[in-house]
Amino acid sequence: MSGTFGNPEVIQEEVDILLIGGGMACCGAAYEIMRWADAAKAESGVDLKIKLVDKAAMDRSGAVAQGLSAINTYIGDTQDPADYARMVSNDLMGITRDDLSYDLGRVVDESVHLFEEWGLPIWKLDENGERHDGSVEMPKLKDGGKPVRSGKWQIMINGESYKWIVAEAAKKALGMDRVQERIFIVKLVNDKNDPKRIAGAVGFSVRDHKVIVYKFKACLLAAGGCVNIFRPRSVGEGQGRAWYPVWNAGSTYSMAAEAGAELTMMENRFVPARFKDGYGPVGAWFLLFKAQAINGNGEIYMARNKEMLNDYPPYGQAAVPASCLRNHLMLHEMKEGRGPIYMDTVSALAKMRETLSPREVKHLEAEAWEDFLDMSIGQCGVWVGENIEPEKKNSELMPTEPYLLGSHSGCCGIWVSGPTDVGAPTTEGHADASKIPAHLPSGWNWGYRSMTTIKGLFTAGDGVGASGHKFSSGSHAEGRLAAKAMVQFCVDNKDWKPELDTSVDDLVAQIYQPVRNFLEFKDYSTAIDVNPNYITPKMLQFRLQKIMDEYVAGVATYYTTSDKMLAVAEEKLEMLKEDAKKMRAKDLHELLRAWENYHRILTAEAHMKHIQFREESRYPGFYYRMDKNFVDEENWKCFVNSIYDKTTHKWTVFKRAHMDLVDKSKLFKPAAH
Amino acid sequence: MPTFVRTEKCDGCKGQDKTACMYICPHDLMKLDKDGSETGHAMKAFNQEPEQCWECYSCVKICPQNAIEARHYADIVPLGGSVQPLRGTDSIMWTIKFRNGSMKRFKFPIRTTPEGSINPYGGKPAASMANIAKPGFFNQENGFRAGNPAELIRK
Repeated sequence: MSGTFGNPEVIQEEVDILLIGGGMACCGAAYEIMRWADAAKAESGVDLKIKLVDKAAMDRSGAVAQGLSAINTYIGDTQDPADYARMVSNDLMGITRDDLSYDLGRVVDESVHLFEEWGLPIWKLDENGERHDGSVEMPKLKDGGKPVRSGKWQIMINGESYKWIVAEAAKKALGMDRVQERIFIVKLVNDKNDPKRIAGAVGFSVRDHKVIVYKFKACLLAAGGCVNIFRPRSVGEGQGRAWYPVWNAGSTYSMAAEAGAELTMMENRFVPARFKDGYGPVGAWFLLFKAQAINGNGEIYMARNKEMLNDYPPYGQAAVPASCLRNHLMLHEMKEGRGPIYMDTVSALAKMRETLSPREVKHLEAEAWEDFLDMSIGQCGVWVGENIEPEKKNSELMPTEPYLLGSHSGCCGIWVSGPTDVGAPTTEGHADASKIPAHLPSGWNWGYRSMTTIKGLFTAGDGVGASGHKFSSGSHAEGRLAAKAMVQFCVDNKDWKPELDTSVDDLVAQIYQPVRNFLEFKDYSTAIDVNPNYITPKMLQFRLQKIMDEYVAGVATYYTTSDKMLAVAEEKLEMLKEDAKKMRAKDLHELLRAWENYHRILTAEAHMKHIQFREESRYPGFYYRMDKNFVDEENWKCFVNSIYDKTTHKWTVFKRAHMDLVDKSKLFKPAAH
Repeated sequence: MPTFVRTEKCDGCKGQDKTACMYICPHDLMKLDKDGSETGHAMKAFNQEPEQCWECYSCVKICPQNAIEARHYADIVPLGGSVQPLRGTDSIMWTIKFRNGSMKRFKFPIRTTPEGSINPYGGKPAASMANIAKPGFFNQENGFRAGNPAELIRK
């Protein structure tokens, strides 16, 4: 029986493992999992049923949909995973899980080597030190080929089809009968007999009138970070030009929170300083083309304001100051009226011409354009519209609206079990340890790599908190780590049967509530969008963005807030959360938007609660709590974690101890004062 | 720059149920107006929510009729420029036109292997359950960085 808009067909399906998402993390999981599933079948006699669902099409889904111009995490054979863990920690102001970073650092290159085997063009250096794009036949990385490093950790690629290639391998590994696209999972379901365990998930097709209820032993929740909870700088057509993909709606964090999983570092955010309006990448300009950022008077503000770094020891004394501190110096210029801020592309390109070979000079202009065309075509749109040729005219830079993510230069996410062989703590050493809810595990590992504090619920990529700087390759590798552990978990639990704690009828009713709101009330008023009985997902999103922008340190207040401002936000968000039940959906497309925005609200609430709890300003340049405008190493060099109760709708926020597993002192030069 | 569909070029993917642009758009923006009731143009696709367009160009690149282009965000960008790709199997060509009329053309590689040729497990070992709790993946491609054990100060 096929469903109708108001009366969807209900499909129930039982699998062993569900992969939720189709981005880099789930593509990595898809690749790794089938080999281990084959081993489980052959050696343990356990035949695992596996499925991947993606709300979009895998060829172009997730953060890499558009392509990328670089792979930002490639360790290479001369750096140590400990160096990588140090860099991650430094950029995130000292509070990251070394166990997670170190573990990823030792395996991430494996995924990069696969990408090259599958057909991703990777730039190379020849024996004379000249660079060539990836179409030139050169030794592969795994055979000693030399990548073009744009920074210590980054390598340049011709990455227009990066995701297309990685998705092809994932789909082939799984087989298309295990892949279903355009299914949006909106809710996880706990086990009837064990509320600390996951048993299923429910979602709907954005193409056909179908609700799908899955039961499973384990799932990988890897549905990206969170975009558009803050009012963007452009509010017309340009609001789609978010820096991170506009379709990342916080689904990972909110679904995990509702399932009872412990979140970590949700106060962390990323405010990238990018080319203004088009949000084109700056990495290659700074690192490969050696350009400088200057103020409106042509001064290099990183030099002019360098004393300001001494306010934040030891982080300000790092050889490369954390991203937030670089923003801090830029914001000072803007507030002092010395804007606009520019990337000095003109001087950089002129200087490069002096040292490069004629062939390389010819390539230089193409490289500058490709950097945008591979991953941020919209920036080229700004350039052509404003007649900007980078060798002739400088481009403005601007810090964006805040984003929440765990795979790029941010570390919010879910608290996961780490590796057991790197010296991670197994007990909880914090003075406030007694305030950690008793049911939660102690220490940094509890059995299965990448499992959250909810049994059977795994995550990767943007989902894994307290790490960061994984980027595309690291997310793929992290998906692989999770996949392997999920197979292990399912083999260990082969006789366990999931039972949902909510009836299928109730689940379907919840999912289709916005549709019912519409059908019930649509004829009450003559204007479809103005009706006292419901709110459109679009207006609800505007309301969320206004609250977050004005009270939770958005661009409107130059990223400042305070305990008083947060208290107002708290009240407004609670009413917004209540009103979310009155969202309407006039078609399946709007039902997709309704649930995305519900996910955004919970993610935003977590962000606000964590900032409220952390009584310091850990990330100057990303946000300032003006009532606690300092970094407090003594009291707040710790993780801030939280859990959400889906029945009372309340958050419990608490501290966990931080610990260094690798020596960080070598990052810093002695304090200047 | 929200994408837009050229009326004269779009053929609605020849009456199939779903168009290529609908298939590929990561944000579910492209829609086929089957009866013309939404746009006045029956059996042609359109961008149903232009202010949510990320300008990822997935629809532009996949359209078999080259019917999709982008008009840069009207609230940001002066009119008159265009950035248009032609994506092949191993490379992509970009035609870039500035507001002042000057033009640039670039061609970049996108792939070193034929599309559809990936053999994911070809020549790779099987996994062994004996290794499932150990670090690393089922196979190694010279990418495992064991690290200096002395760096782990709490081990």
